Amino acid sequence: MDLDNARELPRAGFNFDNCKRNATLLNRGFKPPITTKTGTTIVGIIYKDGVILGADTRATEGPIVSDKNCAKIHYLAKNIYCCGAGTAADTEMTTDLISSQLELHRLQTDREVRVVAANTMLKQMLFRYQGHISAALVLGGVDKTGPHIYSIHPHGSSDKLPYATMGSGSLAAMTVFESRWKPDLSEEEGKKLVRDADPTGVFNDLGSGSNIDLCVIRKGSVEYLRNYELANKKGKRQLDYRFKTGTSTVLHTNIKDLLVTERVQAVPMEIS
Amino acid sequence: MSRLGFEQFPDYQVPGMKHPDFSPYESNGGSIVAIAGDDFAVIAADTRLSSGYNIHSRTQSKLFKLSPQTVLGSAGCWADTLSLTGSIKVRMQSYEHTHLRTMTTEAVAQMLSIAMYNRRFFPYYVSNILAGIDNEGKGVVYSYDPIGHCEKATYRAGGTAGTLLQPVLDNQIGHKNMNLEDADKIKLTKERAVSVASDTFISAAERDIYTGDSVLINIITKDGIEVRTLTLRQD
Amino acid sequence: MSILAYNGGCVVAMRGKDCVAIATDHRFGIQAQTISTDFKKVFHIGPRMFLGLTGLQTDILTVRDRLMFRKNLYETRENREMCPKPFSAMMSSFLYEHRFGPYFIEPVVAGLDPKTMEPFICNMDLIGCPNAPDDFVVAGTCAEQLYGMCETLWKPDLEPDQLFEVIAQSIVNAFDRDAMSGWGATVYIIEKDKITERTLKTRMD
Repeated sequence: MDLDNARELPRAGFNFDNCKRNATLLNRGFKPPITTKTGTTIVGIIYKDGVILGADTRATEGPIVSDKNCAKIHYLAKNIYCCGAGTAADTEMTTDLISSQLELHRLQTDREVRVVAANTMLKQMLFRYQGHISAALVLGGVDKTGPHIYSIHPHGSSDKLPYATMGSGSLAAMTVFESRWKPDLSEEEGKKLVRDADPTGVFNDLGSGSNIDLCVIRKGSVEYLRNYELANKKGKRQLDYRFKTGTSTVLHTNIKDLLVTERVQAVPMEIS
Repeated sequence: MSRLGFEQFPDYQVPGMKHPDFSPYESNGGSIVAIAGDDFAVIAADTRLSSGYNIHSRTQSKLFKLSPQTVLGSAGCWADTLSLTGSIKVRMQSYEHTHLRTMTTEAVAQMLSIAMYNRRFFPYYVSNILAGIDNEGKGVVYSYDPIGHCEKATYRAGGTAGTLLQPVLDNQIGHKNMNLEDADKIKLTKERAVSVASDTFISAAERDIYTGDSVLINIITKDGIEVRTLTLRQD
Repeated sequence: MSILAYNGGCVVAMRGKDCVAIATDHRFGIQAQTISTDFKKVFHIGPRMFLGLTGLQTDILTVRDRLMFRKNLYETRENREMCPKPFSAMMSSFLYEHRFGPYFIEPVVAGLDPKTMEPFICNMDLIGCPNAPDDFVVAGTCAEQLYGMCETLWKPDLEPDQLFEVIAQSIVNAFDRDAMSGWGATVYIIEKDKITERTLKTRMD
């Protein structure tokens, strides 16, 4: 049995072995399972010397929060980062994959990669999968042509914008940008604007929540501010839920000792 | 739904979507916890009213004071909650005028069951929990399913975070699965009931997106109803 | 009903002070019918590493075998023990390979890093989105109940004895409110120098 599975060496790329079986199961009336989604408020703006990306940190599985502090600002290259919304696995894997390709591209061309290259790679990949990879991205970075923000939709379309928002809280965050964004903001003003825009999503959209992550990309330097603001603190319990040892009834206990206590002894060799 | 195994419905498409079929129900979220003690009953509910990913209100109480001895907690489809509690209040007033006394908690519990079963084939989409003081001065909790099945209990959690909170109450109030001598079991005082109820809501607000903002706690004793509030996460 | 709930079952893992705990129920059923009450969904896959898999029974066994194959190949090639962190990364890419025809499982990994002895817990959705928090992870048909229990009972820096009580009370009370899990439970406490396996007395209905 084990050998049957082992025979086949893993190949690269997606594997469609289970598709037919899964389709049969679904046709028999089973509901498809839910995946972890990031409802999300992700934002990005251009300011005077670069770009600022912002994201909340909640991941949900239906109505339940599955990760209270996940990182949604993904590394693509030294000068490029990308926020992801949609199916959590898709955003994670897509950005990881493109990150590797960008690094190879950098080594091959021996130049700092441009944001437009990252944008093209991402949108071409998403378009190839016709929206089945549901990743909605806000891409930001600084290269020799200046600062850039792109928003990329799951089907592979993209917009080049001075300020962008994505995810279920995008409308809430966009209200702040529409009223307060202007060209040539200073870094402090820019951070404040993103810091004000993201929490509107966090508080008013149920798909977004917990803390705020920020990423400031300037020419030649990056500042990743993980948990820049702890917008929501865990409530303090009134009672101490400590159990007396022996509260749970145990039927058997089996202790496996991991310390090797065996002593090595020299045995004289037999000489005939 | 695609045949590939996932519901391919990107989040960003939701605003302005045309729905081909009309659904008369909506889930507006919210959770309720009720605990009955020897001479008191505690009932708590959060104050968030939402639908989908939107918050309609952060200050909507889901507790309805039906009499000085009875409080109803109702979550689910808010329109149905309003309609149901409205008609219950009318019937209770008419009872009071006819019989010249306030309905007892048991009577309200029974009437609520009948009122809900009357809508057997187009039910009120609500999760109801009734808490109060009974004829003998003891605390009681009644819980309902949407079509009026009524069950008397000593503690109960309902609403969107009901599944999260019920095992906590089993453990902390019901002392389930605990190998303890009677002397070690912590006695259920009014303060402990309030603390457990508050702590369960703190936990629910962490994990359930429909529970949050604040909790209203009603403590029902023979002397009347005391109201306390506690702030929860706002996200 | 979801395919993930076809056979029932649950797993939970928690971090403590220099230790981790992982617990599983014993039920194997086909929808509402219980077939067996001695199926543990947690597998001992390294000296200080455990893998818990919930979901469709057939996929639990297949995924376990395939992961063990890849893990053994890694250990043979590299001539060193696989740490929980790279194991989770490997599992994540394995599950994402099957993005469009997934295995119906939800995995949980718990273990200590063999070098630093740092506790590590991690869970994933069925297509491999990793989540490695510093408190607890849950999976299975009674995930919601487990979230409620763990969120209330867990606190930082629990000693092994206290951690056992917390995880045992969490899983037992959680699956008592779920018809698809239960019928016995086993808790593993992984410490630097030993692994303690305790079978719990639970309701059998």
